[in-house]
Amino acid sequence: MRLLSLLAAILAAQQALAEPAVVYSIGGKFDASFNQAAWVGAERFRTETGQGYAEFEPESVAQFEQALRRFARAGNDPVVAIGFLQADAVTKVAAEFPDRRFTIIDMVAEGPNVQSVVFREHEGAYLAGLMAAMASRTGRIGFVGGMDIPLIRRFACAYAQGARSVNPAIEVYVAMTGDTPAAFADPVRGAEIARGQIDRGADVVMQAAGGTGVGVLQAAAEAGVLGIGTDSNQNGLHPGHVLTSVLKRIDVAVHGAFTAAQDGSWKPGVRSLGLAEGGIGIALDEHNRPLVTPRMAAALREASDAIATGRIRVHDLYTDGPCPWG
Amino acid sequence: MFLDILLVLDSTLRISAPLILACLAGLFAERSGVFDIGLEGKMLAAAFAAAATAAVTGSAWLGLVAALGASVFLAMVHGFACITQRGNQIVSGVAINFIAAGATALLGQAWFGQGGRTPSLSGAAKFQDIRLPGAESLAQLPVAGPIWAELISGHKLLVYLAFLAAPASWWVLHRTRFGMRLRAVGENPAAVDTAGISVAWLRYRALIVCGLLCGLSGAYLSTAQGAGFIPNMSAGKGFIALAALIFAKWRPIQALLACLLFGFLDAVAIRLQGFDWFGLGELPSQAVQALPYLLTVILLAGFIGRAVAPRAGGVPYVKER
Repeated sequence: MRLLSLLAAILAAQQALAEPAVVYSIGGKFDASFNQAAWVGAERFRTETGQGYAEFEPESVAQFEQALRRFARAGNDPVVAIGFLQADAVTKVAAEFPDRRFTIIDMVAEGPNVQSVVFREHEGAYLAGLMAAMASRTGRIGFVGGMDIPLIRRFACAYAQGARSVNPAIEVYVAMTGDTPAAFADPVRGAEIARGQIDRGADVVMQAAGGTGVGVLQAAAEAGVLGIGTDSNQNGLHPGHVLTSVLKRIDVAVHGAFTAAQDGSWKPGVRSLGLAEGGIGIALDEHNRPLVTPRMAAALREASDAIATGRIRVHDLYTDGPCPWG
Repeated sequence: MFLDILLVLDSTLRISAPLILACLAGLFAERSGVFDIGLEGKMLAAAFAAAATAAVTGSAWLGLVAALGASVFLAMVHGFACITQRGNQIVSGVAINFIAAGATALLGQAWFGQGGRTPSLSGAAKFQDIRLPGAESLAQLPVAGPIWAELISGHKLLVYLAFLAAPASWWVLHRTRFGMRLRAVGENPAAVDTAGISVAWLRYRALIVCGLLCGLSGAYLSTAQGAGFIPNMSAGKGFIALAALIFAKWRPIQALLACLLFGFLDAVAIRLQGFDWFGLGELPSQAVQALPYLLTVILLAGFIGRAVAPRAGGVPYVKER
């Protein structure tokens, strides 16, 4: 009997000590992008609560499953997986540990104990389009996507919508880099596409193309026009030549999952983060301050509020059908 | 319209340059009887070496030296595996592609910690455009002015080098003793051996040239056309260069033209995206991007005739006993 109660006490103590864990995506913790943002969110949780967390940096896709399982077995809760590459691993491991909670970020995975955090990136793209249209002197702006997939098309559509909201006559050149995942890692081609758009008169070019986008921003800076970054803050890549960056706040998502699990508000299912939840943002810092006029900043604030409160409805290609803005 | 065409041609030159260099690299290797599908890997390794060195030292020239070194090193690995050890040339080439793809991403992550990327290059760490004399003053002339100013002038040094490399390769292959022996060793190594010339040494030298040209091509990608390395940034260009090599039937000038054609189609594909066809709507991007490949198939099937590879290609040379 005493043994049992002791056991119960130990179990209870373990429950209380259940540390959250995070499994990063490929690329290392300090990749100046996704993983680093996740780490920032986890660190914020640590300083706020004083509670630690476990983490793992996989070297290859094969290690995701192993890492998730190890954390689940060790009692870590919740286990947060970063990036769409982990979807299969999360689905599988979550089924093996039905009493543990899993959160996957930037992808949807199945399971009654799985929370999927996705982003409404198109809301950020709308704001970027708005800023691009206000900054453009030629009335022509460009967009260079990576692989031609619905996610990127949705981005492009909202960008065009945002631009039209300022200048209904604006011309938006949309180009995709390719039809394979390699289209996200071809900066040379990205630069060439951007140059093509710039030659046709575009003076603001947005990229949503991962590694390819580095070439896009480079080409824009070399041609003396403006680029717009995506996902992480790329304003500092070419200070003065990057109008802004659409931020995907992985840190907010990680921090949110950690705290929600702690205060009991964690729920399985899909959780969508947009402007209203602070999951999508527009980067304003010392690098682009001279580029953002007060008028632009005011319009940005207004549109941002309108989207957050639902007064402006940004076209979502997934649910609203084909893009009406070309 | 005239200016549009010029801009497409200008873009063609930029896109073709790395293809030409890689294609000539393959040409030297294959004319000596060593198949090399590791062009892609050598380009990638060179691109990484160039960007990493340029990022650390701030000098594009040191980057170029590193690129040449890395690429020649991989070429020598290929040579050791399939000339000295008489291994399968295709397997060795595939291995080089994999090693390059993995090692560059791994080293890049270990050294720079940016997911395999190198820091962005600017200033002297990158090759700059070369303004040819008179580009500004002649630009006002009709027709010839814009051609000189827009098309011919204002490219990176390596672009000019690529276009000089083709006639130079022709001269080396057809007008020097080394070139003639190299071609002979690709057709009939036994005859070359009978003449008392080392088959292995000739093939090694061909691979050194191949490595140097791939090194230039890789350095161009990361320190001239681009500004920094990104994992897998060669994006299949080595394989396109191989296709161009077959297309050109293993001849230098034809290789130049084939690469120019591929580059031109690519440039057109890029410009045609989102282009409204006289009110008929846009051509889907997939169709535009398939254009170069479609044309290649059609031209290969119907117009250029049979492409015959060097006879001794792919066969390791074994001395008769």
